[in-house]
Formats: sequence, structure tokens, C-alpha cells
Amino acid sequence: MGVDINFMVGGEAGQGVQAAGSIIAKALARYGLSVFADQDYESRVRGGHNFFRVRARDSDVSAISETLDVLVALDRQTIALHQRELSSDGVVIFDQDKLKDISPSGSPLGLPLEQMAIETAKNKQAANIVAVGAALALTGYDSAALKSVVLDYFGTGEMGQANAAAAARGYEYARVNFKGDLGRKVSPLGGPKRMLLNGNEALALGALAAGCKFVSAYPMTPSTTIMEYMAGKADELGIVVVQPEDEISAINMIIGAAYAGVRAMTATSGGGFCLMVEGLGLAGMTETPVVVVDGQRAGPAIGLPTRTEQGDLLFALHAAHGDFPRVVMAPANVEDAFWLTVKAFNLAEEYQLPVIILTDQYLAGSYATAERFDLSKVQIRRGQLLSEADPSRLASYKRYEITASGISPRAFPLQSTALVVADSDEHNEEGHLIEDAETRTAMMLKRLRKLESLKKEISGPRTHGTAQADITLIGWGSTLGALREAVDLSTQDGLSVNMVHFSEIWPFPVEAADLALRGAKKTFAVESNATAQFAHLLRAETGHQVSGSILKFDGRPFTPAYVLRQLKKEVA
Amino acid sequence: MVKMTDYAGSQPAWCPGCGNFAILNALKKALVELDIEPHKVLMVSGIGQAGKLPHYTRGNVLNVLHGRTLPAAAGAKIANPELVVLAVGGDGDGYGEGGNHFLHSLRRNHDITYLVHNNQVYALTKGQASPTSDQGFVTKTTPHGASTPLNSLAVAIAAGGTFVARGFSGDIDHLVGLIKSGIQHRGFALIDILQPCVSFNHKNTHAWYKERVYKLEEAAYRSSDRSAAMEKALEWGERIPIGVIYRQEKPAFEDELPVLKRGPLAKQPMDPMQVGALLDEFV
Repeated sequence: MGVDINFMVGGEAGQGVQAAGSIIAKALARYGLSVFADQDYESRVRGGHNFFRVRARDSDVSAISETLDVLVALDRQTIALHQRELSSDGVVIFDQDKLKDISPSGSPLGLPLEQMAIETAKNKQAANIVAVGAALALTGYDSAALKSVVLDYFGTGEMGQANAAAAARGYEYARVNFKGDLGRKVSPLGGPKRMLLNGNEALALGALAAGCKFVSAYPMTPSTTIMEYMAGKADELGIVVVQPEDEISAINMIIGAAYAGVRAMTATSGGGFCLMVEGLGLAGMTETPVVVVDGQRAGPAIGLPTRTEQGDLLFALHAAHGDFPRVVMAPANVEDAFWLTVKAFNLAEEYQLPVIILTDQYLAGSYATAERFDLSKVQIRRGQLLSEADPSRLASYKRYEITASGISPRAFPLQSTALVVADSDEHNEEGHLIEDAETRTAMMLKRLRKLESLKKEISGPRTHGTAQADITLIGWGSTLGALREAVDLSTQDGLSVNMVHFSEIWPFPVEAADLALRGAKKTFAVESNATAQFAHLLRAETGHQVSGSILKFDGRPFTPAYVLRQLKKEVA
Repeated sequence: MVKMTDYAGSQPAWCPGCGNFAILNALKKALVELDIEPHKVLMVSGIGQAGKLPHYTRGNVLNVLHGRTLPAAAGAKIANPELVVLAVGGDGDGYGEGGNHFLHSLRRNHDITYLVHNNQVYALTKGQASPTSDQGFVTKTTPHGASTPLNSLAVAIAAGGTFVARGFSGDIDHLVGLIKSGIQHRGFALIDILQPCVSFNHKNTHAWYKERVYKLEEAAYRSSDRSAAMEKALEWGERIPIGVIYRQEKPAFEDELPVLKRGPLAKQPMDPMQVGALLDEFV
């Protein structure tokens, strides 16, 4: 059996849980291991209980495990809540001065974390980094490599040196004093260097690679880090990021910018998306290309602000009144978050419509290793544009010219002398408002006609496992990793399971779905919502009725083990 | 030279005698006098009788949703600051439905000129009270009379407005001057335009306004003093001031975006390879 090692750093908000977890993840990724890490945090800035899980394997990993090998407990509560998750040789690392009265199970490693932090970094806040040093020492990680990762994280200045010293102290202490044996060691695998990034970072990079020039977004967990990342790179890359007064303003700003000729995006969560619904209809009616990211969290209303859900699917498909074409994407992992965002911008402009990208808190905040995205494969396709060669066309330019494909060539104000008239009222080919029945009907049909060619752009589902399995799991979006691993583990439980998973949702890939589900025996929808929304869509589009569903709506992500436990109950 | 015929559009569907005709004429005159060609102008309008204005002239047009003119106009201006961006809407559109956008557009000081056709009533929906209806104004939806009206000019000054003016559809020449000054002002220019609604407002009629308005230009008034401007903005009743109530020089939102110094966003190249260095930061 290869390497499969699981860490958790737990503590209060403000104790540096995320920093410690990130450094462990980065260190393991540097060894060439596949890393997957997720975060669990409360809607508070100090106190409470947060944790950061890191899993590393020498083969692909894209889901979390329920078992821990190293538990870094920055506070008492972490031990109480998580020590039962430890494997048989698992180790708890804790501050022996602060938690004198406890005796954790397994083989504990108590050390004076804060004292060492003060001695090395002159700041007890660095206790988390002392613990990181100790944790990696248990795995046989190289001390020089650890130093380099810490310096990359904190910089090579005074702060970096202080934290490197803190890490080295914890490392050395564990190396000398730890009497147990963590059965899991890591060593460098070599191979090409990979990136370690989360879903929001991958999505933001996809937008930047696709030439997005304007972002207007209102901060809302879990999407805020998209605008923060892009704002941090705005001057360097020549883009503008605006934080407006509300989400209504955000979507109307990007519509204005897209009308004026730039690729534009907003990012929010379900609550903010509720406010954008009116604007989504405006983009539909004016045929303005915009990309809207809905990082789903548990709803309705404020729900669980920092926790995951896939509860916005049917809402995203139907948001706004009236009929108009749209695209809905649901990236499964960081690679999808990058490439489907590139695709979203292309489809938005080629078909002149709004594209919704449905991510969720789990994907947004989870880190994974990925091959460096091949930028030479990024294509920027802006669709049909007004030809400026013929001056007579400029004078009689019709923004909404009725065409066989339904796509009317776009023009931008000031690109030429052509006047660009766009209207939220029903309008004629010139863009001026009308009320007559014939024009209304012709325009509605023109817009909807775009769906015919658009459908051909949508990729079908991914499949995994043997074709003739007894059970087929059906999922969409961020559950891919958990489903894939559940399929791999199912044979151990005497089950015969495969998987069909969708990340391009609308227009629904009907034929590809039919093909993938042809011959399926028992099918189970696995979704992070309470009503099996995707199963509903699948039935509406294909007539396929699932045999059952495995649903989770507690704000926590699926693990492969959870899927299998529930599946066994269903088929028992 | 740009001529009035360059701005000739289709026949408006407004009621005969509506103040909107005068506003439309004043706008065309202002653009002609400033020698701005129609393809350099973007009119972003909302919903209401005022929102139809761009359809009755020529230019680039983005007719958006009720109340959402200002964010759409701001987005277009940021994307291409070379456009002369005008936002057009009514009192319900701008001060009711779009109230939050109004406040924050003033504060951010986008370089756009905002014409608010203020007839103190909802006309498109046939005669309900608006945010600026006089207190006690009785309509089908306000049988006990409208509440305290919003003083949009005082709000604009308080919110950080840099050009706050009032015009009157009954004085076209004066209004032409205001619109020209607003377009030339670098930053957000609010021009609230009093206009009679001949169909649904029988209180605030052309004659009612005519009796009350007086020009600040003829009143030895200095528009640079914010406190005095606030006092002037609050004047409403027997005498109603028109003209520039407050004016302040301040960089526009778009002036403070370093990226725009390289030229309009809409003309910047799109190059995926420039993301390469960012990818390396994740390795």
C-alpha cells in the first residue's frame, strides 16, 4: 500500500489554523505527493473551533478522509472533538504547558509550543508553526525543505526567519523526543512541480487567463476571495475590480461594462445571487455576455454562512422571469474551476448570454495539487463581431439582427461609428422598444434559437468504474472526488459500484446522459442538498428516475466513507 | 460640426405638453453646442416615461431596468472612459428604486451626467405618489396623502456629490447650459429637472413651477460653499432655486484607477500568457 497520510490542524479562529494547514499542505505538495486539503470554519473572527485537514497520497487524491494520522491541537477543544478520528498509530501534538491535565489517546506528543514560539520567534502566536515543524518531523520530512516552505509562506524577511526558527525548534524536539512510531513516512517522489491551489484561486486564474477585464462584486462568503485575489493582481494585469454598494449594483455594472466591450464577471453566494436575479434577466434580454459565479453555501436566507451546500441548482436554472437561454456550469475540482471559467467567458460572448458558474464553499476553500495549467491551450473566442470593413453596414447596424443561428453580430460603442442600441424592453432589430406581436415572437424565437448550436458545446458526464456495475452513483459539481473514491473503495465492501458525474449542467446534455445511464441497474443521486435537485432535473430532461438518493445538507462535505455507509443502508 | 438633425430620432410616445419634450430638446442642443457626435455618446436609461428618451434621439443606448441606470452607466464608463456617458431616468427610478445606487454613485464620483426628470409623480403607471411628491399629495395609492418628500439635492450634497444642480423644463436655454456644464464637469453631475406631468400631477403644474423658480445665476450665489449649498438645497415652497447649487473639483472615480491610464479597458489586449507568472506563485 502506498502513502496515504492525513493531518488535521485544529484551534480557535485567530490561532493560525489556516497558516499551519497551508504550510503542511505546501510541504507535502513539494515532495510531489498529491494533496487535498479542506477547511472548516465558523462565521467568527476569533474563538470558536476551526480546523484544516490535509491529506497526501502518492497516487491521486481528491477527497478528504475521516481518519487522522497527525492531529495538531492548538487548543483543548480540538482534542475533545477529534481524537476519536485518530488511526491506531495516530499522534496528537499539543502544548504540554497549557494542557497539563490531559492525556490524549494514542501516542501523544506534548511539547511547550508557546514557550518555544517565544524563544524562537519572540511571539507566542508562532506556536502553530512550532507544531507544524513537529508534525512534519514525524513523517521524516527533510528539515531544509521545511525551512524553504516556511520562508516561501512568510517571506525571507524577519518574520520569515522567525517562523523558520520556530518550525526548526518543533522539528528538532519531535525528532529527538518522540518515542512512538508514526507508521507513515513521506519521501520526495520527484516529477514535475505541481501547483497547490483552491477552487476560488483556480476560478480567478481562469477568469484572468480568459481576458476578464472587469469585476464588480460585493463581499460574501465563500466567494469573497475571488474578488480579493483579482483585486490584488488588478494593476499588474490591467483589470478593474470594484466593490459596489450591493449585488444589484454588481451585476448591473458588469452588464454595462460587457455592453461597452469588456469581459466582465461578478462572484457571490446564493443570497447575493437572489439580488442579482433581476439583472440576470436583463443580461438575457439585452443579450449581454456576463459571467456570474454563485459559490453556494447552506441556505435559505443566511443559512450556514461558512458551510457548503448544492442547494442553488434549480434556482440557478430558473432565476429571473421569462424565457431566455443561459449556461450553467458546476466545476468538479480546481482543474474544472480554471477550464470551465475559460469556457464560460467564451460561451457568454459567442452566444451573448449570461453564464452561471455554480461552485460551493467546499470547492471554493479546498486546496488540491494540479498540473500547471497549460496556458497555450486557452482560447479566447469573442464570437461574431460587426465587420468594420463595410461603411454602409456601420450606418445601418442592427444590434439584434434576426439571423438563422439567432446570433446577431455584436458591436461596441466607439469601436466604430455604428450606434449600439440595447434594450430591456422587447425590441426590434435596431434595439428600439416595440409592442407588436410579430416582432415580439420573432425576437423570442431568435434568442431561443441560440440554444440549438449552444447544446453542441456542452460536454457530457464523466464516468468511473466498471460499465456493468450493480449500482451507479450520480453526482454533479464538487462531489466528484468523493464519488470517485467511493467507487474505488466499494469492492472492499463487496459492492459493485460505478459513477456518472456532471459538471456542465445547462443546456442539459441529454444524449450524453442517456448514453452514460444506458444499462445502469440501480441509480443513486448523491447531492449536497435536501431535495435531490439534480435527480429532479435528470428526470425532467431524460425521464430517468433514480432508484434512491444519498443527500447531505448539514453544511459538511461528503467523504467517500460516508457515501459508502449510506449506500449500504440503502441497498441492505 | 454636429447638427440638430444628427440627433433626430423617432416620434416620442409622450403626452402632448409633457415636460419631457423640452428636456429632450435641451439635451440635443447641449450635445450639438458641445459638438459631440452621436456615436461618442452613451445614454443609459431606466424605466418610466423618462427612460424612453434615448429611443427618441440618436446615440448609443443601453435602456436598462427600473432604478439600475447608475451602476450600468458606471460599468460602461469604466470599460471605456472615452464615452460621454449620460444616465437618464425619472424621480421614481432614481430616488426610489435606485436610491442606494444614487447615494453610492455620488460618493464614488463616477464621471457621468445624470438627468433626473422630476415630475413628482409616477406617470408610466398612471399617477401614484413618487419619492418627491409633495407632502399630502393624494393619489390612488396614497389616499391619506404622500409622506415627507425626499430632498434629492440635499441628499446629493450630503452623499459627497461634486456637481448638484436643478433645472426646469420650462426654461430650455437655462437647462441647456446646465447640461453642458454637467457634461463638462469631471465627475458625477446630478441635474434634477423639474417638469410638469400634464396627465397625473395637477398640483405641480407648469404654472406652479413657473411662479416659483428663480435662477441662482441671477442671485449672486456662490456654489462652492457646501454649507450654503445645503441651505439652498433645502429651499422649497414659495421660491425654488434652479441652477448649480453645489460644485466641487475632485478626481472622478475613473481618474483614480491607475489601469485606465493605459487607455480604455475595452481596447486592452487579452493575453492568456500573462497569467503564467501567477501560476508560478502556486508551485
